[in-house]
Amino acid sequence: MEGVEDEVKRLRQIIEDKSKEIDQLKQELLWERGTCLPQAICDLESAPILQKDVKGLTNEEIRRYSRQLLLPELGVKGQQALKSSTVLIVGAGGLCCPSAIYLAAAGIGQLGIIDYDEVEISNLHRQVLHRESKIGVSKSVSAVAACQELNSSVNYVPYHLPLDSSNALQIIQQYDLVLDATDNVATRYLLNDACILAGKPLVSGSALRFEGQLTVYNYMGGPCYRCLYPKPPPPETVTNCSDGGVLGVVPGIIGCLQALEAIKILTGQGSSYSQKMLLFDALDGSFQTIKLRGRQPQCPVCGDNPSITKLIDYEQFCGAKATDKDKVLELLKPEERIPVKEYNTLLKEGTPHVLVDVRQPVELDICQLPYPCLNIPIDHVEKKQSIEKIEGQVRSLSEMRLHEKVPVIVVCRRGNDSQLAARRFQTILKDLNVDVKDIVGGLTAWAN
Amino acid sequence: MSIPITLEFSGGAELLFDRQKRHDIDLPKQENPWRIQELLPWIRDNILKERPELFMQGNTVRPGILVLVNDTDWELMGELEYNLQPNDRIIFISTLHGG
Ligand SMILES: [Zn+2]
Repeated sequence: MEGVEDEVKRLRQIIEDKSKEIDQLKQELLWERGTCLPQAICDLESAPILQKDVKGLTNEEIRRYSRQLLLPELGVKGQQALKSSTVLIVGAGGLCCPSAIYLAAAGIGQLGIIDYDEVEISNLHRQVLHRESKIGVSKSVSAVAACQELNSSVNYVPYHLPLDSSNALQIIQQYDLVLDATDNVATRYLLNDACILAGKPLVSGSALRFEGQLTVYNYMGGPCYRCLYPKPPPPETVTNCSDGGVLGVVPGIIGCLQALEAIKILTGQGSSYSQKMLLFDALDGSFQTIKLRGRQPQCPVCGDNPSITKLIDYEQFCGAKATDKDKVLELLKPEERIPVKEYNTLLKEGTPHVLVDVRQPVELDICQLPYPCLNIPIDHVEKKQSIEKIEGQVRSLSEMRLHEKVPVIVVCRRGNDSQLAARRFQTILKDLNVDVKDIVGGLTAWAN
Repeated sequence: MSIPITLEFSGGAELLFDRQKRHDIDLPKQENPWRIQELLPWIRDNILKERPELFMQGNTVRPGILVLVNDTDWELMGELEYNLQPNDRIIFISTLHGG
C-alpha cells in the first residue's frame, strides 16, 4: 500500500510541476504576443497621479545606485531628488530612446513619454529602444516596455496621444521638467509656450543628417525658444529626418546629453546650456558651445508684457503640420500631372519624352524609373547647366517629332519636389514646344 | 585694404552654398566700415549658389537662421549694425527640427 501512496504523491508532484511549466510558457507566449505590454494612456482621465515619494532610499536602492551615490556632487541627497522627480519626454523617437533609458537607469521617480505614432521599420536605425517585434505597437508603450525591463521601480506613464493646445498644459503641469524630443516646428513652439506658462525648464534637442543642437530654455532666467526665434521658419526651409536623412548615432548623442542636463537640473547642479547652445557636427567631430541672447523683455510669451497668455493654434502659426509624416503638395493642376499608370502606358507605347529626375544622386542609386533620365537635383533646377541639358534633349526630340509638343516629365520621390520643379521648367522652357508634367506620387507611387 | 573674414554655414544652410561649410573671404575695401547689413547682400550676390529667399528676407536673414559673431549670438553684438573686424568669424546656423 505504501508503494502506491508514494507513487500517487510522485505523480501529483509531476502534475504540479508540469502545470507550473505550462503557466510559465503561457506567460512567455503572452509576452511575445505583446499582450503584457504596459497599458497606454489614451485619455487624460485615466492618467495616474504620482504620489511623491519623500521617504529615504531603501537598502536595495543604495546598492543599485551605489556607483553614482559615490559622487559627492550627487550623493544620497541627489539620488533622493531624482527619486522624487518627474520628467516628461515629448516624442518617443531618436532623441527619446537614449534619454529615456538613461533617466530610467538613473532612478528617476516618474517618466512620462508621449507620442501618437506606432513603431515602423524605418525608425529602428536610430530609435534604439524599439524592437523588430514591436513594429506596429504604440511608440510610447514600446519605449516604456524597454525602460521597464531595465528599471521596474520607476513609475512610467506611456501617453498614446497627440500633444496639442488642448492637453499640453494639463500634462506638463504634472512634471518637474520637460524634454523636447519632437520632430517638428509646430510642436516645438507649443512645448515652449506650455513650459513658459507652466513654469517648467525645457531641455531641447534636435538632430538632422550629421548635426545636432542642444539648448535649455526657460531655466534660471534664461531665454525661451521664442526669444531666439520670434518668427517660425518658412515651411519650405524645414527639413525633417524622413526627407533629409539622419545618422542614428547623432540623435543618440544629443539624447544622452538631454538626459544628462535633466539629471543636473533635477539634482541641483544646474545646467551648462541655459542661454547657450551646443552645436555638434559629427563629420567634423566638433562640439561647439555658443553664447545666446538673454531673455528678451519684448518676447511675446516670456517677456515683460506677454501677449500669449494661453496656448494658440501652432499648426496655423507655423504654416506646417505637427508631424514629420509626408505632406502632400497641391501646386499643379490635375491636367499638368501624370498618374503612374498613364506614365507606364506611355513607356509601353515607346513615346519619346524627356525624363527629369529631381532627386539627389544618392537617391537615384537606390531606385530609378526604367527610362534614361536627366538627373537634375531640385536645388539645381535654376542652374544654367541644368537648363542647357534639358534644352539639348528637347531639341533633339523635336527634330523627330515635328510640330508635336515634346513631353518633359519630372519625377521625384513623392511628387512634391517634382511639382515645384515642373512649375519652374514651365516658365524657363516657355519658348520651346514642350508639355511639362510631373508624375503624381513620384517613385513611391511607381513602386506600389 | 581689404578685410579678411571667415564665413561658416551649418545646420543645412551650407546646402545653399554648394555644401561648402567654410568660406575664407576678403571683403573689398570701402569708404565706410563694413557692417553685417552690407555683408548679407554681399554674400547673396557673390557666394550664394541658389534660392536667395532661403537665405534672406528683406534686409536680414530669414527666420530660423541664427547669426553668430565669433561664437556669440549677433543680438548681443548689435545685429545688422555690427562693424566687421579683420579675422572675424561669422556663422550662419539653420535651426534643426528633426529628432
Ligand atoms: Zn521668450
